[in-house]
Amino acid sequence: MDGDNWSVRESHTFDRNVIAEIRRAAETGLYRIRGFGAKRAVPSFDDLVFLGASMSRYPLEGYREKCETSVVLGTRYAKKPIELKTPITIAGMSFGSLSANAKEALGRGATEVGTSTTTGDGGMTQEERGHSKTLVYQYLPSRYGMNPDDLRRADAIEVVVGQGAKPGGGGMLLGQKISERVAEMRDLPMGIDQRSACRHPDWTGPDDLAIKIMELREITGWEKPIYVKCGAARPYFDTLLAVKAGADVVVIDGMQGGTAATQDVFIEHVGVPTLAAVKDAVAALKEVNMHRKVQLVVGGGIRTGADVAKALAMGADAASIGTAALIALGDNDPHYDEEYKKLGSGAGYWEDYQDGTDPAGITTQTPELAARLDPLKAGRRLANYLRVMTLELQTLARANGKSHVHNLEPDDLRALTIEAAAMAEVPLAGTKWIPGLGKQD
Amino acid sequence: MGRVDNRATLDLAQDDLRTVNTSLQSANGTGETNYFRVVNPRGAHAVACGLDAPVDVEIVGHVGYFCAGMNKDARIVVEGNVGTGVAENMMSGTVHVKGDASQSAGATAHGGLLVVEGNASARCGISLKGGEIVVKGNVGHMSMFMAQSGALVVLGDAGDALGDSLYEARIYVRGKVSSLGADCIEKEMRDEHREELRRLLDVAGCEDADVADFTRYGSARELYNFKVDNMASY
Repeated sequence: MDGDNWSVRESHTFDRNVIAEIRRAAETGLYRIRGFGAKRAVPSFDDLVFLGASMSRYPLEGYREKCETSVVLGTRYAKKPIELKTPITIAGMSFGSLSANAKEALGRGATEVGTSTTTGDGGMTQEERGHSKTLVYQYLPSRYGMNPDDLRRADAIEVVVGQGAKPGGGGMLLGQKISERVAEMRDLPMGIDQRSACRHPDWTGPDDLAIKIMELREITGWEKPIYVKCGAARPYFDTLLAVKAGADVVVIDGMQGGTAATQDVFIEHVGVPTLAAVKDAVAALKEVNMHRKVQLVVGGGIRTGADVAKALAMGADAASIGTAALIALGDNDPHYDEEYKKLGSGAGYWEDYQDGTDPAGITTQTPELAARLDPLKAGRRLANYLRVMTLELQTLARANGKSHVHNLEPDDLRALTIEAAAMAEVPLAGTKWIPGLGKQD
Repeated sequence: MGRVDNRATLDLAQDDLRTVNTSLQSANGTGETNYFRVVNPRGAHAVACGLDAPVDVEIVGHVGYFCAGMNKDARIVVEGNVGTGVAENMMSGTVHVKGDASQSAGATAHGGLLVVEGNASARCGISLKGGEIVVKGNVGHMSMFMAQSGALVVLGDAGDALGDSLYEARIYVRGKVSSLGADCIEKEMRDEHREELRRLLDVAGCEDADVADFTRYGSARELYNFKVDNMASY
């Protein structure tokens, strides 16, 4: 062993990031709060592959034979279910965490391709209602900006129990992002570090939730689909209970789901990977004969049409994107690399959404930064990205001989790792083995 | 009750909740009927929720969860007890409960006035956002938890952890307080507070109550921004 190399050998246990975090904690006495999502490696859709078609399955011709992508959400009770042209939706992100221009861009992009966008923990802005043909209105523990008029202006209502980045935790918005407009919408003093409640103020548990959902339906004339969104804590039981409570749609957000501001320890250490969550949620729906009757939307680290295709093959009805949508708008754009470096990071690494210093003008309330984002151009970028994802999804569906993306099935998949095989209950490639299910024939 | 010209009686023993609520929600305050009497509620949930017109509603009997939820403009009287979340997220108007109220009375109310003649259980006024609440009896634990603005008046006693993590809302209590929550402190009663309290007592029909008998509680504002020295409160 070379002596010089030995003297600079990095510890696996105490690598430079761990050492830096210990030093930061020692200097400040505060836990680390950041945005983005989990950065650790976890079993994911990358660990699955599609088999494709050959002799035993016939593929469809790309570009020539139809492969439908439409999806209807909320068919259980709602008089007016949501009809989307692509099964890729925009997840809830608040005005406050995002600039008004970013919210407008999300609405424009989603509308251009015929999908929905979602409000967040800050109420509904005119920018997003005006530019979103289909808007899902989140009903959160904080109830910031909640009012019956916006409830009726929404196309669907999403009761948020939790999110993937922090199942069991409430929202955070640090003082630097509580601008005058954000403070007014949330009825809070300017500049405070706002911590949203982690539990709803007027219901506890699934029996109460059933009554809450009934109240929301009574207020909106039983027209709107009611979603229930949970972080991936115990997705099997959470899905069962959401169905019992009367949800039209269940949204399960895996641990890779993004956030505007959450404790790092929460982001990296709470919740199960999306891959495991979708399997459990589908199993629950099948258990009570509600698969495809109560629709399942899966989020958390969705980046490509392949991710969407695999989620659908495992039984989801749609997938949602958050962080990926922000990147499509311009988050972490190399154009701003020098500015990211001044913030101690770099394009491709920056995660400090909580600071409000976003050079790309997306996760900020600073007017001069927010003005950098052109909502028309950013909306077009998002639309392009959603189209690419949809084309990728169709490509994989056709390759497996499916005329509708919802015809993808678990049998089209194989796992590349034992962990993924166990989590997804998909055979390990080259075997008939699904770990945890006992001997397979 | 406001102006009463034309009355209608809705019977929950004969009609289902959707029918009754549709009748109430359809009244725009200028039509033929501007006074509704709802009978036989028998503990039904979500009675008279989502109203958005200045009509008068009298509910004769006990109701369940979320009565008068998200009320706008309507004047609702309940001749009985109410379940969890009465007048939750009320925007305006008045809700008057002649009996007792269960948990989370007036939760997240953005406006309007809730009066409870009896007691209100835990979390009364939780996350209040501008609404006003007068409870003539006692309130339970964690009342006004994370309340942002608006006011709670309690003529009786308050349970544990009153006003925990309070923002800018104001609390006036005449009786004993079991304990104060994190960042909630006793505060000076200035003229503007005496005026507000007098107004709320009068509108709730408590003209005989003396403002001088009340203590004001509010936020110490020590938890508004993260400070390591406040570790014990996090």
